[in-house]
Formats: sequence, C-alpha cells, structure tokens
Amino acid sequence: MNESLFTSFITPTMMGIPIVVLIIMFPSILFPSPSRLVNNRLVSIQQWLVRLTSKQMLSIHNHKGQTWALMLMSLILFIGSTNLLGLLPHSFTPTTQLSMNLGMAIPLWTGTVAIGLRYKTKASLAHFLPQGTPFPLIPMLVIIETISLFIQPMALAVRLTANITAGHLLIHLIGGATLALTSISTITALITFTILVLLTILEFAVALIQAYVFTLLVSLYLHDNT
Amino acid sequence: MASVVPVKEKKLMDVKLGELPSWILMRDFTPKGTAGAFQRGYYRYHNKYVNEKRGGVAMVLAAYMLFNYCPCYKELKHQRLCKYH
Repeated sequence: MNESLFTSFITPTMMGIPIVVLIIMFPSILFPSPSRLVNNRLVSIQQWLVRLTSKQMLSIHNHKGQTWALMLMSLILFIGSTNLLGLLPHSFTPTTQLSMNLGMAIPLWTGTVAIGLRYKTKASLAHFLPQGTPFPLIPMLVIIETISLFIQPMALAVRLTANITAGHLLIHLIGGATLALTSISTITALITFTILVLLTILEFAVALIQAYVFTLLVSLYLHDNT
Repeated sequence: MASVVPVKEKKLMDVKLGELPSWILMRDFTPKGTAGAFQRGYYRYHNKYVNEKRGGVAMVLAAYMLFNYCPCYKELKHQRLCKYH
C-alpha cells in the first residue's frame, strides 16, 4: 500500500515521453486574454477577479512596489489554477514537487532582498536588529535574525509543497478507506462525510495561494518600502 | 501536379499531398511568424470549443481528466472489479 500511495506524485511520463511540461503549461489555456471592449463570460469573470485581487493586494505598496504587480498577479493565478486543477481525479499537480516550488520561491525572495539592499542599504541592514534590544543580547539577535531571513525562501517553498501533498494524500487515504468499508456499512456514511468535508476544506487550497503570495508580498513590502 | 491557385496562399487542408514539401518550406519560420501561427491556432481552438454556449471550459476540463487517465492506467489496472486479484 505504501508504494501505491505515492505513485500519483511521480512526474507523469507517457510511454517514456515526459508530458509534465504540457501539464504545467495547461492552465494558461484556461485564461484567454481580453481582446475586446466587452468580452465573453469567461473573460469578464476573470477580468473582474484579477482587478479585485490586484487592487486589494497592491494597495499597501508605494510606487516602487507596484511595479511588481504583473509578477504577483501572474504568480497567484498560476499557483491558484494549478492547485485547483490538481483536485480533478487522476490529475498531476506540479506544485507538489519541491523542485518547482523552490524554483519559484528562491528567485523571487532574492529579488526582494536585492532590491532592498540596493536602494535602501542602511534600512534593509537595520532589519537585523529590532528596536530596543538590550545591549548584551545584540550579537545573538543578529545571528537569529540572519537565520530567520535565510529561512524565508525555504519556508515559502516547503509550506506550499507540504500543504498540497498532505491534502492529496489524505484524500487518497480516506477515499481508499471508504471503499474498503463499504462491506461494513453505517460506518461508511460517516467516512464519506469526512471525505466531503475534507474536499471542501481542500478547495481552500486557493487560500494557500493567498498565503503564498501574501507572505511574498509582506517580504517585498518590508524590504522595499518600510 | 500543378494547381490553378498558387501553392503559397492555400490553407493546409487544401494543399495536395505532392505539394506538401514546398508548402512547408514556404511558411515563414521567423519568431514573429511562429508566434502568429500559435496565436491563430489558439484562437481557432478557443472559438470552436470554449466560446460556445453549452460546454466551454467544462468540456476542456473533462478532456483534460481523460487525458490524464492514460499515464495512470498502469497503476490503476489492479483496481478493476474481478474475483481474484
């Protein structure tokens, strides 16, 4: 049973050809670009959602931070659509692979740190020491703040991977348990209900995207504007 | 096999088999040309399958699900209903 649990997380190859590139590029098909003044239903809904999210997300940034609008919006769209598509049966979710999440987290975090160090060197270096610390504690606190800074990209990537993977695994397990218990009834009703509730909670994988972009955004904000 | 209309301006479905190599060589392979070809193909697909009143994105997602069944088939063969596994 152990091996069959994790087979849904291997990168899919069809007859030896890795189709994982196709699967990563698939969500872009579902977001057509608006080409007219009045578009069709799908495009109008997506436009409205993107406007709503971008207004709420970029309201705390100053002019310099708002140049990152395109990056942040495409990030949230990509992660959101990828996670939601992974809830379909038999589908492969690229965000369960730690390699891909690290590839997203590390460059973005490095960008924010670089911007902070370049344009506001003194202010960004001053982040390492919170205000009002007693004098003997300073060296230790600098070390702790440095460690917490460098853990940020790792935390971003591992958080996303772990959440999505854990959710998928739970669905597999509980679904299998339900199927196995159909011969012994009246417990099945309870477990099927648990599956339903779990799936609904897992639909809040979108909330995870919010968490991802929000933490990235907080980091950007801190480094850039303060 | 010469044709009345010059080969250059025909769409793919109208090109006869013997003229296919010359038709392929005729297409412009500049980045702008290939991007234009992808854009045209995408909009043909979109207008045919997504822009309709019934179906739309739901049909695309259903096709995606069926497409994803193929790599999983090998592992799912054990789960068929039979008396002895």
